[in-house]
Amino acid sequence: MIAALKAMLRRPSTALALLVIATVVVCALAAPWLAPFPPDDQPFDGLSPDGAPLPPDAQHWLGTDTLGRDLLSRLLFGARTSLLIGLVANGAAVAIGMAVGTAAGYWGGFVGATLMRFTDLMMAFPALLLAIVLAALLHPSLWIVALVIALVNWVQVARIVYTETRGLAERDFILAERSLGAGTARIVGRHILPHLLPTAIVWGTLGIATTVLLEATLSFLGVGVQPPMPSWGNIIFESQSYFQSAPWLVFCPGAVILLTALSFNLVGDALRDLLDPLQRGRG
Amino acid sequence: MTGATPPLLAVQGLTIDARTPAGLKRVLDGIDFTLGREETLCLAGESGSGKSLTALALMRLLPAASLRVAGGSIRLDGCELAGLSERAFRPLRGRDIAMVFQEPMTSLNPVMTVGAQLMESIRAYGRESGDARGRARDALDAVQISDPARRLGQYPHELSGGMRQRVMIAMALARRPKVLIADEPTTALDVTVQAEILRLMRDLRRDFATSILLITHDMGVVAEMADRVAVMRAGRIVEQGPVLDVFERPREATTRELLAAVPRLGALRGTDGPPRLGPATAKPSAPAAEPVPALVVHDLSVTYGAGGWFRRGALAPAVAGVCFDLAPGQTLGLVGESGSGKSTTGKAVLGLVPFTGHVAVDGTAIAGLSARDMKPVRRRAQMIFQDPYASLDPRMTAGDAIAEPLAIHGIGCRAERRDRVAELLRRVHLPPEHASRFPHEFSGGQRQRLCIARALALEPTLIVADESVSALDATVRARVLDLLLELQEELGLAFLFISHDMAVVERMSHRVAVMRSGRIVESGSRREVFETPRDPYTRALLDAVPQRLSPTCTRSTGNTTPFTIT
Repeated sequence: MIAALKAMLRRPSTALALLVIATVVVCALAAPWLAPFPPDDQPFDGLSPDGAPLPPDAQHWLGTDTLGRDLLSRLLFGARTSLLIGLVANGAAVAIGMAVGTAAGYWGGFVGATLMRFTDLMMAFPALLLAIVLAALLHPSLWIVALVIALVNWVQVARIVYTETRGLAERDFILAERSLGAGTARIVGRHILPHLLPTAIVWGTLGIATTVLLEATLSFLGVGVQPPMPSWGNIIFESQSYFQSAPWLVFCPGAVILLTALSFNLVGDALRDLLDPLQRGRG
Repeated sequence: MTGATPPLLAVQGLTIDARTPAGLKRVLDGIDFTLGREETLCLAGESGSGKSLTALALMRLLPAASLRVAGGSIRLDGCELAGLSERAFRPLRGRDIAMVFQEPMTSLNPVMTVGAQLMESIRAYGRESGDARGRARDALDAVQISDPARRLGQYPHELSGGMRQRVMIAMALARRPKVLIADEPTTALDVTVQAEILRLMRDLRRDFATSILLITHDMGVVAEMADRVAVMRAGRIVEQGPVLDVFERPREATTRELLAAVPRLGALRGTDGPPRLGPATAKPSAPAAEPVPALVVHDLSVTYGAGGWFRRGALAPAVAGVCFDLAPGQTLGLVGESGSGKSTTGKAVLGLVPFTGHVAVDGTAIAGLSARDMKPVRRRAQMIFQDPYASLDPRMTAGDAIAEPLAIHGIGCRAERRDRVAELLRRVHLPPEHASRFPHEFSGGQRQRLCIARALALEPTLIVADESVSALDATVRARVLDLLLELQEELGLAFLFISHDMAVVERMSHRVAVMRSGRIVESGSRREVFETPRDPYTRALLDAVPQRLSPTCTRSTGNTTPFTIT
């Protein structure tokens, strides 16, 4: 395990990515102490005399937003929301998708057909509409948003995992397992799930960026995270009409989302290689 | 060859390096050969010897990311190809030099009709696209496909393996190349189909005046096809010469091994069982009491694809009314072509596919048993599959794979299992320290040994071997067969040995059953079936085995007396 971690750190890109993720996590956890201002504080001098947001300066390192709030503080507090959404909501989506896809792919027949037709139905249903309906029915809160996103995002995972499981289940080593007398739990747990790990990792890391943005969309429509609570997504959405006059309001949160998502992808890649025995002894 | 004219294709000092993390590694080292006009040269050797690499290098289809041509000269019709740019080389492909691959299933585009693919190869590079359809039909005609006009509109999956390989050959020959490279063109085909394709290639060489570079590991194919043969080993040509010289006076050990590995049909004429390897043991050959048969099969039928809500209805049965039994310590060879239902039969007797009828393993009827009741039966009956790589979980070490059956059946503690794995590895002649390696770090033959070790772990009485040596090279195959015979002798295993290869079945079996279209058309002792076959289908299978090196009328080498390998 330690050796594996060392092997990962030996790649400069992975080491850098891990550093970025660690920084973001620390920022999120320590936001109340790190932030120079309260995130929803609207100081009197937060706007220019004619009411425009302030560009970055010594007092507001990243400038202020349209209501005069300190952008850096909002980004630090927003990290809490966005990480939670990105990891929990996306993780839940991958987990649901894996469970449905594996079950449908391995058992096939009536169970598989029913599960997959339901997945198709969900896929055909406009995700945003579903999210809005769910969020409107349930009282909006951070956890509800996470739940809604998970319920919308699992379908693609289920589709892909289903196809892969179908392929795996037909392979001879699964037949060999059955001929040895292995039960379903053993076959699925020890011989199918490990092969789905790369897919899970790719989706788990790629999904973080899209999930953060989906949260922003929901927030923008008023069914997501409720203002004044900041999230990276809603910071962008609140400010995008000021893109020309105050570009830092979009660039800064955008860069943070990009960097975080990229770091998760790089770590995911490294993790996938590390867990793949086929990489061993190559060449 | 009439030595006066220069050779059509001359390869000199062809050298290829592979890029590995540890630096460049030489995989092809100074290959020299020539190919005359209308000549057939066979490149023979085990897999990994560099035959296919040579062919890919000639076609310039090497994956540039991992392989690099380090040197050498390739002259086609006096024109040097080695220095040409990709752009200058591309027009030569198909026009001057064309290739047929091993797998006709995967080498055709499944979503394009045969006609569209043929016309594409004719039209490539613009010339004379006028009557492409007519030329495509002519091309199919030339490869002796039935009803060529209709085939043009069909998709690859509608054709049999043999027909697909004919289409591949038609595509390769569509623009009348000077050189046709065929990389194991019949390895994936049934034996009767193989004989047809080889005959076709001989005809085409004559009709199209094409030179053929044929790559194969099967010296039987070499004997059928070649004028000259070059034997490769570890990236070098170790021996090269006219086929009769090489066959009669092989100089190199590699050549002798390849020749010895050709399963010789009729080698066991007049005997009842497989050859004994060790000294005859004191085991009584005919026990007094009638023993419980290792396997009894009565009226076995299997139908795939029973309908469902979202699927179409039932299809024709894959196996219909099959009966046989198998005595302990004996081998029943089940032969037939692909699609004859022999593999399905093998799976059914282990309860891996739903079936109707009576199957009893070691006296226990398995029809309708629940997974739990089936588990003890699984300890007594095991399976070895065709493709050893596919039947091992690539994410599991060899040791874990072999210990898997012990873990499933809860036998022994961790340390005991480890000892048992070491013992099993030794039993199949692999070093016990290889237990920590992953399947991809083994060779094909070694992987099949792993599968055998896994099958032995539970000390079964019956092993179903489904085409277990078909994916292996001839020399490796011979060694694995020896291992199976040795294990049978020592452990008293009963084998249900499924194969399309008559010679292999002859070597292994006490009794033989011939399957066709889901039914057994002939069965009896090995001696009866092989020496006095009654069914015409059995005779056709026996006739199709390439075994004679004889100057047939189509061959250009004029000398020689009839000569057989046997």
